Amino acid sequence: MLDATKRYASLPSFYRLCGRLFAWLLPATVALFAAGLVWGLYLAPADYKQGEAYRIMFIHVPSAWMSLLVYMVMAAAGAVALVWRVKLAELIHIECAPVGASFTALTLATGMLWGKPMWGAFWVWDARLTSELILLFLYLGVIALYAAIPDRRKAARATAVLAIVGVVNIPVIHYSVIWWNTLHQGPTVTRLDAPAAHISILAPLLFMAVVFKLYFITVLLARLRGSIAEQCRAQQWFRDEAAGRA
Amino acid sequence: MTPRRKQRLAFVVILLAGFAAAAALVLYSFEKNLLYFYTPTQIAEQAPPAGRTFNLGGMVVPGSVRRGERVQFELTDNHSTTRVVYRGLLPDLFGDGQGAVATGRLREDGVFAADTVLAKHDENYMPPGLAESLGQKPVGIAKPADGYAQ
Repeated sequence: MLDATKRYASLPSFYRLCGRLFAWLLPATVALFAAGLVWGLYLAPADYKQGEAYRIMFIHVPSAWMSLLVYMVMAAAGAVALVWRVKLAELIHIECAPVGASFTALTLATGMLWGKPMWGAFWVWDARLTSELILLFLYLGVIALYAAIPDRRKAARATAVLAIVGVVNIPVIHYSVIWWNTLHQGPTVTRLDAPAAHISILAPLLFMAVVFKLYFITVLLARLRGSIAEQCRAQQWFRDEAAGRA
Repeated sequence: MTPRRKQRLAFVVILLAGFAAAAALVLYSFEKNLLYFYTPTQIAEQAPPAGRTFNLGGMVVPGSVRRGERVQFELTDNHSTTRVVYRGLLPDLFGDGQGAVATGRLREDGVFAADTVLAKHDENYMPPGLAESLGQKPVGIAKPADGYAQ
Protein backbone atom coordinates (compact mmCIF):
# COMPACT_ATOMS: atom_id res chain seq x y z
CA MET A 1 0.00 0.00 0.00
CA LEU A 2 2.69 2.43 1.05
CA ASP A 3 4.80 1.34 -1.93
CA ALA A 4 1.92 1.99 -4.32
CA THR A 5 1.33 5.41 -2.73
CA LYS A 6 5.02 6.23 -3.07
CA ARG A 7 5.09 5.12 -6.68
CA TYR A 8 2.13 7.30 -7.69
CA ALA A 9 3.35 10.21 -5.59
CA SER A 10 6.47 10.30 -7.76
CA LEU A 11 6.00 13.01 -10.35
CA PRO A 12 6.86 11.03 -13.54
CA SER A 13 4.38 8.21 -12.87
CA PHE A 14 1.69 10.62 -11.68
CA TYR A 15 2.22 12.69 -14.83
CA ARG A 16 1.52 9.60 -16.96
CA LEU A 17 -1.46 8.60 -14.77
CA CYS A 18 -2.94 12.12 -15.23
CA GLY A 19 -2.63 11.79 -18.99
CA ARG A 20 -4.38 8.39 -19.07
CA LEU A 21 -7.22 9.42 -16.76
CA PHE A 22 -7.74 12.78 -18.45
CA ALA A 23 -8.20 11.13 -21.85
CA TRP A 24 -11.45 9.46 -20.79
CA LEU A 25 -12.52 11.82 -17.99
CA LEU A 26 -12.80 14.81 -20.34
CA PRO A 27 -15.36 13.31 -22.79
CA ALA A 28 -17.27 11.71 -19.89
CA THR A 29 -17.52 15.04 -18.04
CA VAL A 30 -18.63 16.96 -21.16
CA ALA A 31 -21.29 14.35 -22.06
CA LEU A 32 -22.65 14.02 -18.51
CA PHE A 33 -22.67 17.80 -18.03
CA ALA A 34 -24.75 18.22 -21.19
CA ALA A 35 -27.13 15.48 -19.98
CA GLY A 36 -27.40 17.10 -16.54
CA LEU A 37 -28.18 20.51 -18.07
CA VAL A 38 -30.97 19.04 -20.24
CA TRP A 39 -32.36 17.12 -17.23
CA GLY A 40 -32.25 20.09 -14.86
CA LEU A 41 -33.12 22.97 -17.19
CA TYR A 42 -35.65 21.20 -19.42
CA LEU A 43 -36.91 17.81 -18.21
CA ALA A 44 -37.31 18.57 -14.48
CA PRO A 45 -40.71 20.07 -13.57
CA ALA A 46 -41.13 23.73 -12.64
CA ASP A 47 -41.30 24.53 -8.92
CA TYR A 48 -44.76 25.11 -7.42
CA LYS A 49 -43.71 28.44 -5.93
CA GLN A 50 -40.75 29.77 -7.88
CA GLY A 51 -41.77 28.63 -11.34
CA GLU A 52 -38.84 28.35 -13.74
CA ALA A 53 -36.43 30.61 -11.84
CA TYR A 54 -35.54 27.88 -9.33
CA ARG A 55 -33.60 26.06 -12.07
CA ILE A 56 -30.56 28.19 -11.33
CA MET A 57 -30.06 25.95 -8.29
CA PHE A 58 -28.91 23.12 -10.57
CA ILE A 59 -25.75 25.22 -11.01
CA HIS A 60 -25.78 27.14 -7.72
CA VAL A 61 -26.10 24.25 -5.25
CA PRO A 62 -23.52 21.82 -6.76
CA SER A 63 -21.19 24.77 -7.19
CA ALA A 64 -21.62 25.76 -3.52
CA TRP A 65 -20.95 22.19 -2.37
CA MET A 66 -17.82 22.12 -4.53
CA SER A 67 -16.60 25.42 -3.11
CA LEU A 68 -16.50 23.72 0.32
CA LEU A 69 -15.21 20.32 -0.88
CA VAL A 70 -12.37 21.81 -2.96
CA TYR A 71 -11.33 23.85 0.08
CA MET A 72 -11.15 20.71 2.21
CA VAL A 73 -9.04 18.98 -0.48
CA MET A 74 -6.79 22.04 -0.69
CA ALA A 75 -6.33 22.18 3.10
CA ALA A 76 -5.81 18.40 3.45
CA ALA A 77 -3.19 18.37 0.68
CA GLY A 78 -1.62 21.41 2.37
CA ALA A 79 -1.40 19.54 5.68
CA VAL A 80 0.25 16.54 3.98
CA ALA A 81 2.67 18.93 2.28
CA LEU A 82 3.49 20.60 5.61
CA VAL A 83 4.08 17.41 7.58
CA TRP A 84 5.51 14.97 5.02
CA ARG A 85 6.93 17.45 2.44
CA VAL A 86 5.43 15.45 -0.44
CA LYS A 87 5.97 17.45 -3.63
CA LEU A 88 2.82 16.10 -5.28
CA ALA A 89 0.74 17.20 -2.26
CA GLU A 90 2.15 20.73 -2.62
CA LEU A 91 1.05 20.79 -6.26
CA ILE A 92 -2.44 19.41 -5.50
CA HIS A 93 -2.77 21.98 -2.71
CA ILE A 94 -1.97 24.99 -4.86
CA GLU A 95 -3.75 23.80 -8.02
CA CYS A 96 -7.00 23.48 -6.03
CA ALA A 97 -7.04 27.20 -5.24
CA PRO A 98 -8.07 28.72 -8.62
CA VAL A 99 -10.63 25.95 -9.19
CA GLY A 100 -12.18 26.47 -5.75
CA ALA A 101 -12.15 30.25 -6.20
CA SER A 102 -14.04 29.81 -9.48
CA PHE A 103 -16.66 27.58 -7.84
CA THR A 104 -17.07 30.14 -5.04
CA ALA A 105 -17.40 33.04 -7.48
CA LEU A 106 -19.94 31.04 -9.52
CA THR A 107 -21.89 30.28 -6.34
CA LEU A 108 -22.02 33.96 -5.38
CA ALA A 109 -22.90 35.11 -8.93
CA THR A 110 -25.70 32.59 -9.47
CA GLY A 111 -26.99 33.23 -5.95
CA MET A 112 -27.22 36.96 -6.68
CA LEU A 113 -29.01 36.36 -9.98
CA TRP A 114 -31.55 34.22 -8.10
CA GLY A 115 -31.78 36.53 -5.09
CA LYS A 116 -32.96 39.59 -7.02
CA PRO A 117 -36.17 38.07 -8.44
CA MET A 118 -36.90 35.79 -5.42
CA TRP A 119 -35.86 37.75 -2.32
CA GLY A 120 -35.99 41.19 -3.88
CA ALA A 121 -32.27 41.91 -3.33
CA PHE A 122 -29.01 40.90 -5.02
CA TRP A 123 -27.11 40.83 -1.76
CA VAL A 124 -27.77 40.90 1.98
CA TRP A 125 -25.19 40.64 4.75
CA ASP A 126 -26.58 37.53 6.38
CA ALA A 127 -24.32 34.86 7.90
CA ARG A 128 -24.48 32.45 4.94
CA LEU A 129 -23.67 34.98 2.24
CA THR A 130 -20.98 36.71 4.30
CA SER A 131 -19.18 33.48 5.24
CA GLU A 132 -19.23 32.34 1.59
CA LEU A 133 -17.72 35.70 0.58
CA ILE A 134 -14.98 35.16 3.21
CA LEU A 135 -14.33 31.78 1.56
CA LEU A 136 -13.70 33.57 -1.75
CA PHE A 137 -11.24 35.90 0.01
CA LEU A 138 -9.46 32.88 1.57
CA TYR A 139 -9.00 31.32 -1.87
CA LEU A 140 -7.78 34.64 -3.31
CA GLY A 141 -5.46 35.02 -0.31
CA VAL A 142 -3.90 31.59 -0.98
CA ILE A 143 -3.40 32.49 -4.67
CA ALA A 144 -1.89 35.89 -3.86
CA LEU A 145 0.40 34.57 -1.10
CA TYR A 146 1.67 31.79 -3.38
CA ALA A 147 2.45 34.33 -6.10
CA ALA A 148 4.27 36.60 -3.61
CA ILE A 149 6.93 34.02 -2.57
CA PRO A 150 9.47 33.19 -5.31
CA ASP A 151 10.51 29.77 -3.91
CA ARG A 152 7.70 27.37 -5.01
CA ARG A 153 8.20 24.92 -2.14
CA LYS A 154 8.38 27.58 0.59
CA ALA A 155 5.37 29.31 -0.99
CA ALA A 156 3.34 26.07 -0.83
CA ARG A 157 4.15 25.63 2.88
CA ALA A 158 3.12 29.22 3.63
CA THR A 159 -0.19 28.89 1.76
CA ALA A 160 -0.79 25.52 3.45
CA VAL A 161 -0.76 27.27 6.85
CA LEU A 162 -3.24 29.87 5.56
CA ALA A 163 -5.49 27.17 4.09
CA ILE A 164 -5.49 25.14 7.33
CA VAL A 165 -6.41 28.21 9.38
CA GLY A 166 -9.28 28.92 6.96
CA VAL A 167 -10.78 25.45 7.50
CA VAL A 168 -12.50 27.02 10.53
CA ASN A 169 -14.78 28.84 8.06
CA ILE A 170 -16.11 25.64 6.44
CA PRO A 171 -18.45 24.46 9.24
CA VAL A 172 -19.47 28.09 9.77
CA ILE A 173 -20.68 28.28 6.14
CA HIS A 174 -22.46 24.93 6.36
CA TYR A 175 -24.20 25.52 9.70
CA SER A 176 -24.77 29.29 9.33
CA VAL A 177 -28.38 28.76 8.24
CA ILE A 178 -29.02 26.56 11.30
CA TRP A 179 -27.11 28.49 13.98
CA TRP A 180 -28.43 31.94 13.11
CA ASN A 181 -31.45 33.62 11.49
CA THR A 182 -30.52 34.15 7.87
CA LEU A 183 -32.36 35.26 4.76
CA HIS A 184 -30.84 32.26 2.98
CA GLN A 185 -33.06 29.18 3.35
CA GLY A 186 -32.01 26.15 5.38
CA PRO A 187 -30.58 22.92 3.97
CA THR A 188 -32.80 20.96 1.56
CA VAL A 189 -30.78 17.80 0.98
CA THR A 190 -28.55 17.29 4.04
CA ARG A 191 -31.30 17.25 6.65
CA LEU A 192 -31.67 14.67 9.41
CA ASP A 193 -35.06 13.63 7.99
CA ALA A 194 -35.87 13.15 4.31
CA PRO A 195 -34.69 15.77 1.79
CA ALA A 196 -37.25 18.54 1.27
CA ALA A 197 -37.14 18.39 -2.54
CA HIS A 198 -39.40 16.16 -4.62
CA ILE A 199 -37.57 13.24 -6.26
CA SER A 200 -38.14 14.72 -9.76
CA ILE A 201 -36.12 17.77 -8.66
CA LEU A 202 -33.73 16.04 -6.23
CA ALA A 203 -32.53 13.45 -8.80
CA PRO A 204 -31.18 15.95 -11.39
CA LEU A 205 -29.68 18.01 -8.54
CA LEU A 206 -27.69 15.05 -7.20
CA PHE A 207 -26.76 14.09 -10.77
CA MET A 208 -25.34 17.58 -11.31
CA ALA A 209 -23.45 17.28 -8.01
CA VAL A 210 -21.71 14.13 -9.33
CA VAL A 211 -20.97 15.86 -12.66
CA PHE A 212 -19.42 18.83 -10.84
CA LYS A 213 -17.15 16.45 -8.92
CA LEU A 214 -16.08 14.81 -12.18
CA TYR A 215 -15.42 18.27 -13.62
CA PHE A 216 -13.25 19.13 -10.60
CA ILE A 217 -11.18 15.94 -10.96
CA THR A 218 -10.79 16.51 -14.72
CA VAL A 219 -9.68 20.12 -14.34
CA LEU A 220 -7.40 19.31 -11.38
CA LEU A 221 -5.63 16.54 -13.35
CA ALA A 222 -5.15 18.88 -16.33
CA ARG A 223 -3.74 21.59 -14.03
CA LEU A 224 -1.45 19.10 -12.25
CA ARG A 225 -0.12 17.86 -15.58
CA GLY A 226 0.61 21.44 -16.55
CA SER A 227 2.37 22.30 -13.30
CA ILE A 228 4.43 19.05 -13.30
CA ALA A 229 5.49 19.83 -16.87
CA GLU A 230 6.47 23.35 -15.81
CA GLN A 231 8.50 22.20 -12.80
CA CYS A 232 10.19 19.24 -14.53
CA ARG A 233 10.75 20.68 -17.99
CA ALA A 234 14.53 20.62 -17.52
CA GLN A 235 14.63 17.04 -16.20
CA GLN A 236 15.69 14.10 -18.30
CA TRP A 237 12.55 11.96 -17.77
CA PHE A 238 10.31 14.78 -18.96
CA ARG A 239 12.44 15.39 -22.07
CA ASP A 240 12.25 11.66 -22.84
CA GLU A 241 8.48 11.73 -22.29
CA ALA A 242 8.03 14.76 -24.55
CA ALA A 243 10.34 13.27 -27.22
CA GLY A 244 8.48 9.97 -27.11
CA ARG A 245 5.21 11.72 -27.74
CA ALA A 246 6.40 13.81 -30.67
CA MET B 1 7.08 8.67 11.85
CA THR B 2 10.26 10.63 12.39
CA PRO B 3 10.38 13.07 15.35
CA ARG B 4 10.46 16.04 12.94
CA ARG B 5 7.32 14.88 11.17
CA LYS B 6 5.63 14.31 14.53
CA GLN B 7 6.55 17.85 15.48
CA ARG B 8 5.12 19.24 12.23
CA LEU B 9 1.95 17.18 12.62
CA ALA B 10 1.54 18.54 16.15
CA PHE B 11 1.99 22.05 14.73
CA VAL B 12 -0.80 21.49 12.19
CA VAL B 13 -3.17 20.05 14.81
CA ILE B 14 -2.48 22.83 17.34
CA LEU B 15 -2.83 25.48 14.61
CA LEU B 16 -6.26 24.20 13.57
CA ALA B 17 -7.47 23.59 17.14
CA GLY B 18 -6.31 27.04 18.26
CA PHE B 19 -8.04 28.86 15.45
CA ALA B 20 -11.19 26.75 15.83
CA ALA B 21 -11.35 27.64 19.53
CA ALA B 22 -10.76 31.34 18.81
CA ALA B 23 -13.43 31.37 16.11
CA ALA B 24 -15.91 29.56 18.36
CA LEU B 25 -15.38 32.13 21.14
CA VAL B 26 -15.74 35.07 18.74
CA LEU B 27 -18.88 33.67 17.11
CA TYR B 28 -20.36 32.85 20.52
CA SER B 29 -19.79 36.32 21.92
CA PHE B 30 -21.08 38.07 18.79
CA GLU B 31 -24.05 35.72 18.46
CA LYS B 32 -26.65 38.49 18.72
CA ASN B 33 -24.97 40.55 16.01
CA LEU B 34 -24.86 37.61 13.61
CA LEU B 35 -28.64 37.32 13.51
CA TYR B 36 -29.90 38.70 10.23
CA PHE B 37 -33.30 39.54 11.69
CA TYR B 38 -35.16 39.69 15.01
CA THR B 39 -38.36 37.74 15.54
CA PRO B 40 -41.60 39.31 16.84
CA THR B 41 -41.07 37.45 20.15
CA GLN B 42 -37.63 39.03 20.61
CA ILE B 43 -39.21 42.44 19.90
CA ALA B 44 -41.99 41.79 22.41
CA GLU B 45 -39.53 40.71 25.12
CA GLN B 46 -37.05 43.52 24.62
CA ALA B 47 -38.01 46.25 22.17
CA PRO B 48 -35.06 47.97 20.46
CA PRO B 49 -34.92 51.73 21.02
CA ALA B 50 -37.46 53.65 18.91
CA GLY B 51 -35.97 55.05 15.73
CA ARG B 52 -33.23 52.42 15.46
CA THR B 53 -33.22 50.59 12.10
CA PHE B 54 -33.25 46.81 12.27
CA ASN B 55 -34.56 43.75 10.42
CA LEU B 56 -37.75 42.03 11.50
CA GLY B 57 -38.43 38.53 10.18
CA GLY B 58 -41.31 36.10 10.41
CA MET B 59 -44.13 34.39 8.57
CA VAL B 60 -46.80 36.52 6.90
CA VAL B 61 -50.05 35.80 8.79
CA PRO B 62 -52.48 34.34 6.20
CA GLY B 63 -55.25 36.81 5.43
CA SER B 64 -53.49 39.74 7.11
CA VAL B 65 -52.19 41.34 3.91
CA ARG B 66 -54.05 44.50 2.90
CA ARG B 67 -52.75 46.00 -0.31
CA GLY B 68 -53.23 49.56 -1.35
CA GLU B 69 -51.07 52.65 -1.52
CA ARG B 70 -49.58 51.40 1.74
CA VAL B 71 -49.27 47.66 2.22
CA GLN B 72 -50.18 46.36 5.66
CA PHE B 73 -49.50 42.88 6.95
CA GLU B 74 -48.61 40.97 10.09
CA LEU B 75 -45.44 38.98 10.73
CA THR B 76 -45.55 36.12 13.24
CA ASP B 77 -43.23 33.51 14.75
CA ASN B 78 -46.23 31.59 16.16
CA HIS B 79 -45.70 33.20 19.61
CA SER B 80 -45.95 36.92 18.95
CA THR B 81 -47.16 38.99 16.03
CA THR B 82 -46.02 42.40 14.81
CA ARG B 83 -47.99 44.64 12.46
CA VAL B 84 -45.97 46.07 9.54
CA VAL B 85 -46.74 48.99 7.24
CA TYR B 86 -44.82 49.42 4.02
CA ARG B 87 -44.91 51.60 0.94
CA GLY B 88 -43.28 50.11 -2.13
CA LEU B 89 -42.99 47.05 -4.34
CA LEU B 90 -43.20 43.56 -2.85
CA PRO B 91 -41.09 40.66 -4.19
CA ASP B 92 -42.89 37.96 -6.21
CA LEU B 93 -42.57 35.31 -3.50
CA PHE B 94 -44.24 37.52 -0.89
CA GLY B 95 -47.61 36.15 0.20
CA ASP B 96 -49.74 34.44 2.85
CA GLY B 97 -47.82 31.92 4.94
CA GLN B 98 -44.48 32.92 3.39
CA GLY B 99 -41.39 34.04 5.27
CA ALA B 100 -40.51 37.71 4.93
CA VAL B 101 -37.84 40.04 6.32
CA ALA B 102 -38.65 43.75 6.68
CA THR B 103 -36.07 46.50 7.29
CA GLY B 104 -37.28 49.56 9.16
CA ARG B 105 -38.08 51.08 12.55
CA LEU B 106 -40.49 50.30 15.33
CA ARG B 107 -42.95 53.19 15.82
CA GLU B 108 -44.12 54.38 19.23
CA ASP B 109 -47.45 52.58 18.72
CA GLY B 110 -45.69 49.24 18.21
CA VAL B 111 -46.23 49.15 14.44
CA PHE B 112 -43.14 48.40 12.35
CA ALA B 113 -42.60 50.94 9.56
CA ALA B 114 -40.64 49.14 6.81
CA ASP B 115 -38.43 50.70 4.14
CA THR B 116 -37.78 47.43 2.32
CA VAL B 117 -39.43 44.00 2.42
CA LEU B 118 -37.61 40.87 1.23
CA ALA B 119 -39.18 37.45 0.76
CA LYS B 120 -37.55 34.49 2.50
CA HIS B 121 -37.73 31.26 0.56
CA ASP B 122 -38.13 27.93 2.38
CA GLU B 123 -36.21 24.74 1.57
CA ASN B 124 -39.09 22.91 -0.15
CA TYR B 125 -39.08 22.20 -3.87
CA MET B 126 -41.83 20.30 -5.68
CA PRO B 127 -43.75 20.28 -8.96
CA PRO B 128 -47.00 22.33 -9.04
CA GLY B 129 -49.27 19.26 -9.43
CA LEU B 130 -47.93 17.68 -6.24
CA ALA B 131 -48.21 20.95 -4.33
CA GLU B 132 -51.89 21.23 -5.26
CA SER B 133 -52.62 17.68 -4.16
CA LEU B 134 -50.96 18.48 -0.82
CA GLY B 135 -53.34 21.44 -0.46
CA GLN B 136 -50.67 24.08 -1.09
CA LYS B 137 -51.89 26.91 -3.23
CA PRO B 138 -49.28 27.84 -5.86
CA VAL B 139 -48.36 31.45 -5.14
CA GLY B 140 -46.00 33.97 -6.63
CA ILE B 141 -44.76 33.61 -10.16
CA ALA B 142 -45.71 29.98 -10.70
CA LYS B 143 -49.18 31.26 -11.52
CA PRO B 144 -48.90 35.00 -12.19
CA ALA B 145 -52.70 35.39 -12.24
CA ASP B 146 -52.82 34.38 -8.57
CA GLY B 147 -50.01 36.56 -7.38
CA TYR B 148 -50.82 39.82 -9.08
CA ALA B 149 -54.61 39.85 -9.12
CA GLN B 150 -55.07 41.32 -5.65
